[in-house]
Amino acid sequence: MLKVTWRNLIARKLRLLLSAFAIVLGVAFVAGSLIFTDAMGGAFDDIIEGSTADVEIAYEGANDFDSVQDSRVIPASVVEELEKLPEADGVYPSTMLQSVFVIGSDDKVVGGSGPPGLAFNPTEAEAITGKQIITLKDGALPDGPEEVALDVATAEKAGYDVGDTVTLVTPGKPPSMEAELTGLVEFGSGGLNGATLTLFETEFMQDSFFEGKDVYSAISLNTAEGVSQAELAAAAQEVLPKGVVARTGDDVVAKNQAGIDEIMGFLNTFLLVFAAVSLVVGTFLIINTFSILVAQRSRELALLRALGASRRQVNRSVLLEAFGVGVVGSTLGLLGGYLLALGLKALFGLLGLDLAGAEFPVNPSTIIASYAVGIIVTVFAAYLPARRASSIAPVQALRDDTAMPESSLRVRVAVGGTLILAGAASMAAGLAEVGGEVLVEIGLGMLGVLIGVALLSPLIARPVIKAFGALFRPFGTVGRLATENSLRNPRRTAATASALMVGLALMAMMSILGSSASASTDEAIEQTLTSEFVVSNVIGQPFSTDVAEQIRDLDSVETVASLRYANPDVKGGGTAWMGAIDPDDFSDVMQVPMVQGTLAALDEGKVLIASQPAERGGHEVGDKVTLEFQGGDVEVEVAGIIAATGALPAEWLVTQDTLDKGGLAPLDSMLFVTKTPGASTADLREGVEKITEDLPTVTLKDPQEFAEEQKGQINLFLRMIYGLLVLSVLIAILGVVNTLALSVIERTREVGLLRAIGLSRAQLRTMIRLESIVIAVFGALLGLGMGLAFGLALMQALEDEGLTAVVVPWLTLLAFVLVAAVVGVLAAVFPARRAARLDVLRAITTE
Amino acid sequence: MIPTTNATGVAARVIDLTKVYGSGQAEVRALDGVTLDLYAGQFTAVMGPSGSGKSTLMHCCAALDEVTSGSVLLGDVDLSTLKDKELTRLRRDRIGFVFQSFNLVPTLTAEENILLPLSIAGGKPDPEWYALVIETVGLADRLTHRPNELSGGQQQRVAVARALASRPSIVFADEPTGNLDSRAGAEILQLLKRSVDEFGQTVVMVTHDPVAAGYTDRVVFLADGKVVEQMREPTAELVLERMAQFAASQSVQG
Repeated sequence: MLKVTWRNLIARKLRLLLSAFAIVLGVAFVAGSLIFTDAMGGAFDDIIEGSTADVEIAYEGANDFDSVQDSRVIPASVVEELEKLPEADGVYPSTMLQSVFVIGSDDKVVGGSGPPGLAFNPTEAEAITGKQIITLKDGALPDGPEEVALDVATAEKAGYDVGDTVTLVTPGKPPSMEAELTGLVEFGSGGLNGATLTLFETEFMQDSFFEGKDVYSAISLNTAEGVSQAELAAAAQEVLPKGVVARTGDDVVAKNQAGIDEIMGFLNTFLLVFAAVSLVVGTFLIINTFSILVAQRSRELALLRALGASRRQVNRSVLLEAFGVGVVGSTLGLLGGYLLALGLKALFGLLGLDLAGAEFPVNPSTIIASYAVGIIVTVFAAYLPARRASSIAPVQALRDDTAMPESSLRVRVAVGGTLILAGAASMAAGLAEVGGEVLVEIGLGMLGVLIGVALLSPLIARPVIKAFGALFRPFGTVGRLATENSLRNPRRTAATASALMVGLALMAMMSILGSSASASTDEAIEQTLTSEFVVSNVIGQPFSTDVAEQIRDLDSVETVASLRYANPDVKGGGTAWMGAIDPDDFSDVMQVPMVQGTLAALDEGKVLIASQPAERGGHEVGDKVTLEFQGGDVEVEVAGIIAATGALPAEWLVTQDTLDKGGLAPLDSMLFVTKTPGASTADLREGVEKITEDLPTVTLKDPQEFAEEQKGQINLFLRMIYGLLVLSVLIAILGVVNTLALSVIERTREVGLLRAIGLSRAQLRTMIRLESIVIAVFGALLGLGMGLAFGLALMQALEDEGLTAVVVPWLTLLAFVLVAAVVGVLAAVFPARRAARLDVLRAITTE
Repeated sequence: MIPTTNATGVAARVIDLTKVYGSGQAEVRALDGVTLDLYAGQFTAVMGPSGSGKSTLMHCCAALDEVTSGSVLLGDVDLSTLKDKELTRLRRDRIGFVFQSFNLVPTLTAEENILLPLSIAGGKPDPEWYALVIETVGLADRLTHRPNELSGGQQQRVAVARALASRPSIVFADEPTGNLDSRAGAEILQLLKRSVDEFGQTVVMVTHDPVAAGYTDRVVFLADGKVVEQMREPTAELVLERMAQFAASQSVQG
């Protein structure tokens, strides 16, 4: 039997290759996600290890990987104390900033779209890797005011050479400054993952950014000969003021790596969700391919049975074949995954995450996961066809027209119906936020409904395809033949279409969410934003408070309300998306809709919470909530509940003193500007633009532009999701190609007959093209139906989140259908050509 | 009914036709210089043992296969000068086919199958002629049935109707009774004979069955790719007798 299996694999190379391709793509996505996140984690590990000294001293929470600019400083006297320690070989105090950006010679900001703009003083500290944290590569280190050194990559991107004058945006006053580039340095292990590094002389930094005081934000220590990290840390801790901690380098690395792993874990999950979608689609395709292959081989299988092969042997033969396909597919998928990881690297490079120096390792865990997923999915998908194959009666071998025993549709209806109901229930539970894993519930619910619909789709296929018959009438007999061909095996047509359905359902759902979110944003901004202008950075990168002060000085300005961001953890669970405001100023620029209390009730030590997070955390008016800032815990009292609105860019509102208490340095993220009654809008714009002109990191927007910017974010996100879903559509197209190609092979004699009695090659191609369109458009219609249902259900659930406007983008959905039709035409190219090339004579004499 | 061609005319002319498959050691001369006239308004049978080249001859005449040398004229048209597109149109408009098996498109009804060549061409049948064909094959009550709802004989009658529907210059039938029992086979042969005798159609049938050959006006015997004998007004007995002689001479030679 092994020999027969092997022969089958070889004899059907092409068909198996096509179905293996589905596995290749699915596995490639899994492997690519894993390799990419490994590479990214590795790159961050290198940065962390390469920039951490034996002992690191800072205020608790101020020097973590995800810390924002901290306002707490260590006096210079501490440095003197530390220098007296015999355990320390070197004491390197540092002044550090996180939002210093380099303006390139093309007047564009370098980086600044996510990764921080780091700035500190030159340090001679050695990292735990044994390498200098900062290595001079060219020129000299800055040695006076208005001098700066840059990391090599940043200088290259900005187009600066040693000796050039560099423009910088800093959190100082004024925010824009120029400095001479004195040298180029390398940071830690080399890479910065897209962050930029600027070095200033210590005194200059203290003068410009630390109010001229001789203070530091952190201190790095290197151990003396024979002293362990722990010993040095313990000795150092003795002389440190309250709140400042000395931690061993190993500790710091471990803690920061854990933080990175969490972020990577999220990204990994996000990518693996799409890998799962691809695999579900791939499973459809493999089930279908194996069903067709088994059907075509039914006589051969019956012959094997007649010759004495047991049911188990036939079963095993098919499964073994699937195993072979799985192995080959997984291997190719692993290779494809590596390429995909490189593609993701390029994609994330566009988003600001520069992984140029990162290694892309293929870890054993990636290899194991790829093969496990590929083989299990293939064998699982082949199981049903294999069982059907083994249930064929030996007597079939002697019959003229051998047909596979087909399972009754009644079983399908029962299973499919149950799955749809269970899926819908799970979705409903998820949407109603019953139980813990909301996303898992919704995701599994959707999967259940999709598979259920796929099972029932042969029933739906008949009436829908009949309707196509009417549409194809202009094609005459050719159209009629195409329609009849698609109806010939509704299961096959439906299974092929179902694969396309999955991707399109998700795309349609996302398009509904996206356009509704856009519309809700428009609506909310129109209704609540009363300021003339908004000054902000698109991704909330903070900027100097000097900007607000300068704008405030303009004659035409009535109010400048600033909003500062913070993301403290909330005691009891969750992270707060928090904005700090001045309630007086803010009431001038935005009408914050309240469920309970008023905006004016916000005061020092108080907090306003949006209804959703308040409900989730069980916070009520009058309750005390503890916010865990990096500089320590701050207790606030809930003074009111905010109604959800898409315009307010925060869910928690506090006053700015709360952030000060939390140890956060004062940096604005957003300014809302209103004009004095008599002033002209144009004058105001001119005035503000003059101030922000030198700061490419911030821009001025009127409410409409502000809305456009917000929607731009939504659209970017949508496009990324579409991009990832296109992969599943691609797999589905392969499914259509596969089904058509196999059908053509199956119908060789019929094709021969049609050609013999006068069907031209062009007509034959048209016939197959139309058949392909039927499958593709049927799949698209199913998908859009599902997507519409999912999207509207989700909108219902998200109404509380501020998505009040429900917009179904009919034009986009129509475009999806048209694209599906085009996809159908493309999918038919290969099978149609194959059919047209069939030798008429050989075709009609085929057995 | 008026015959479509003059009874004494030639519907198809085969001139020094050679067909070689393969090359070198594996070379097979399926047809080796065949010259033959197929007369319009006649029912011609092509006979011969398997491997004699009778099927190849039919395929070449029916524009299904290319010739190695020599030529086939269908009416005035030399098939070797035509491209695939023109050959396809020629098959559609001027040739009718009846095969041994798998004659019908399973997804179409009997009527749709009958009209298939016409509808592919985008044309409509001549109503009088169509009515006559349907009446002759006796399928008026079976027109809406699919092939799998018809018996083998009925299916073959549909195939004959399809071959006649477009009133082709010539109908080629390849072992049309090969898969049928003798009663159903006799019906098909009667049908073909009537189409020649009453409607003036031209039919060429490849067969190895002497009984089938007995229905025809003329039998052409082929052996080793050559025409070895022709017989007019054949009967089953005469054909059988002649075949026995061939077999004997072959075995003597062999």
